[in-house]
Amino acid sequence: MEWKRKDLIGLEYLSKEEIEVILQVADSFKDVSTRSVKKVPALRGKTVVNLFFEPSTRTRTSFELAAKRLSADVLGFDVSSSSVSKGETIVDTAKNIEAMKVDCFIVRHSISGAPEIISKNVSSSVINAGDGCHEHPTQALLDLFTVKEKFGKIEGIKISIIGDILHSRVARSNIWGFKKLGAEVIVCGPPPLIPKDIEKTGVEVTYDIEKAIEKADIIYLLRLQRERQKENFLPSLKEYSFLYGIDEKRYEKIKSKAFLMHPGPMNRGIEIKSEVANQDKSLILNQVTNGIAVRMAVLYLVIGRKI
Amino acid sequence: MERKIICKEEIEKILKEISKKIEKEIGIKDTVIVGIKRRGAILADRINKNFSKKIPVGYLDITFYRDDFSKIGAHPVVGTTEILFNIDDKKVILVDDVLYTGRTIRAALDALIDLGRPKFVKLFVLVDRGHRELPISPDFVGKKVNVKENEMVEVRLKEIDKKDEVVVVKKWNGKGKTL
Repeated sequence: MEWKRKDLIGLEYLSKEEIEVILQVADSFKDVSTRSVKKVPALRGKTVVNLFFEPSTRTRTSFELAAKRLSADVLGFDVSSSSVSKGETIVDTAKNIEAMKVDCFIVRHSISGAPEIISKNVSSSVINAGDGCHEHPTQALLDLFTVKEKFGKIEGIKISIIGDILHSRVARSNIWGFKKLGAEVIVCGPPPLIPKDIEKTGVEVTYDIEKAIEKADIIYLLRLQRERQKENFLPSLKEYSFLYGIDEKRYEKIKSKAFLMHPGPMNRGIEIKSEVANQDKSLILNQVTNGIAVRMAVLYLVIGRKI
Repeated sequence: MERKIICKEEIEKILKEISKKIEKEIGIKDTVIVGIKRRGAILADRINKNFSKKIPVGYLDITFYRDDFSKIGAHPVVGTTEILFNIDDKKVILVDDVLYTGRTIRAALDALIDLGRPKFVKLFVLVDRGHRELPISPDFVGKKVNVKENEMVEVRLKEIDKKDEVVVVKKWNGKGKTL
């Protein structure tokens, strides 16, 4: 299969085969980061711009390292000191930077659809690094990669995604990705934070975390944003932690048969107890490591696409 | 249209002789053998079997080191480099099937140097077909052949092609390797 897409906006738009190609290419990039010279010249002479309109440490660092390990030049774009604060539109900002001849934008924005709007207005590649409540495709790809690495396959794996499904772009991308590759997806959380009609995507819904744990090979915890309590989605964080957090007792059940994942940053003490996060059934740091390889693969494919 | 230039028996003979020659001239102590994927990797394995004692063997995938990325785009199917030993101060025998422009070897040398600092690198190719575009020359050659630029040398090995032979194919068929 030839890679033809200019952009990566969401897993909703990718076929099963395309997702598999990304995972396969990522596999060949993984060992680059373990060498003493952590660099290959694949994207030498290409320029990648980090266009982050929303704060991010992990994703931004991960993309930057991925681009650098491919020998691309990386430009960081600081929104607070940019002309965006002077009222320039995102499309104008992107077009102006593109006029300086860059090859790829990595876009994060708090508004769903912002990366797609930019992608339609520039001829450079655009990679969505998280937009509003829409998608965070590279996060889901690295999650798929991590599960595949652990289990040798995705098909037939049962994954329970627990937490604020309603506001989570990570959950959305993961539902698309895992469903397309044949996994069974269960979503679990407080009823106000589970979107209506989500069953239509083919997932199973439960409000009982014990059930979600019992059935799954992977327990995927989402970050609970503290603002949700102020917005009246939750009566109290303590109650959430009691009903949906992973403590030692729940970890004991997970330990014998399943693994824990989390997209970070973790709220220790809310969705996960501090002691549990560091246990050996946690794949959280594997996810971070694999993020580099997966992002290298995405950059390599979209920038090197057949035109 | 294709014509055979090396037969199965001859391939075997070449590999036996080259193994002897390497063992005599370089020795197998502190020597490692690295094949360029895919057919160079198979040849490396076969040469290794002929040595009096097996030496570490590795396989190099040079996809990310090619210099024609902007021209031909990303390869959706890429392999992995599998060199599970330290190449620092080792004598490296680099193995490929056909030597043509020299660009593959240039890329392979870059890839190797990123893995460490070998004592030296010697190159073995089964077929040298000339038309070099870079100043690269092999240290061990199976067979030198004169082939026109619009012809293609195809090495077939039974591990992936079901039989052992080297043929010259009249025209680019679009499927053959271009590097």
